[in-house]
Amino acid sequence: MKLLYFAWLKTKTGIAEEEITPPPGVTDVASLLAWLKGRGPGFAAALADLSAVRVAVNQDYARPGDKVRPGDEIALFPPVTGGRA
Amino acid sequence: MIRVQREDFDPGRELEALTAGNTRIGGVVSFVGVVRDFAGERPLDAMTLEHYPGMTEKQLGQIEREAMARWPLEACLIVHRFGRLSLGDRIVLVMVASSHRDAAFDACRFLVDWLKTKAPFWKFEEGPQGSRWVEAQASDDAAAARWAKR
Repeated sequence: MKLLYFAWLKTKTGIAEEEITPPPGVTDVASLLAWLKGRGPGFAAALADLSAVRVAVNQDYARPGDKVRPGDEIALFPPVTGGRA
Repeated sequence: MIRVQREDFDPGRELEALTAGNTRIGGVVSFVGVVRDFAGERPLDAMTLEHYPGMTEKQLGQIEREAMARWPLEACLIVHRFGRLSLGDRIVLVMVASSHRDAAFDACRFLVDWLKTKAPFWKFEEGPQGSRWVEAQASDDAAAARWAKR
């Protein structure tokens, strides 16, 4: 499973991209985030407020109950801020 | 048509390319987003737009297809830049051509409102008071929600 981090999620975790194999209990977005939180202080800080975190699975916006599978591309990022004009 | 690029674009040339050879077009509406010198209360010197290559194109493509399905459009173009941008630099171009002006105005506004909430871009602002990642605004969601189908 490929994980991507953008904007301040990249800054706080110190990672832009990584290949991971989560434990078998990780089956959806919510359980993936819960597992990631426990990987270290950077992850705990980045994922402290999940209301400020958006997740995409294979480049589409995902919800907490959406399934994640080996081979998926999962991205974590803040709400988008493309413009304010 | 969707383009995501670091380079600047020329709105005049894009207009000519978009309308060339299509005499059904009766009007073109375009929006050009530009870097301004303030963000809320803070003065701004420059900003860097980060994006998610691949997902950006996918999301913009979906938004464009939605606009083509809702309005009778003859042509449509979205060009979005990424990277470091200075004051006055162009950021985004949305251009919509239709036989009649109403469809072109409405579709252009729809595309701009939606791309601001769907396209995975994040702003990193630089100013005399320091640098920071910009937080999303509820007003952007509200602007996009106006277009939600009832």
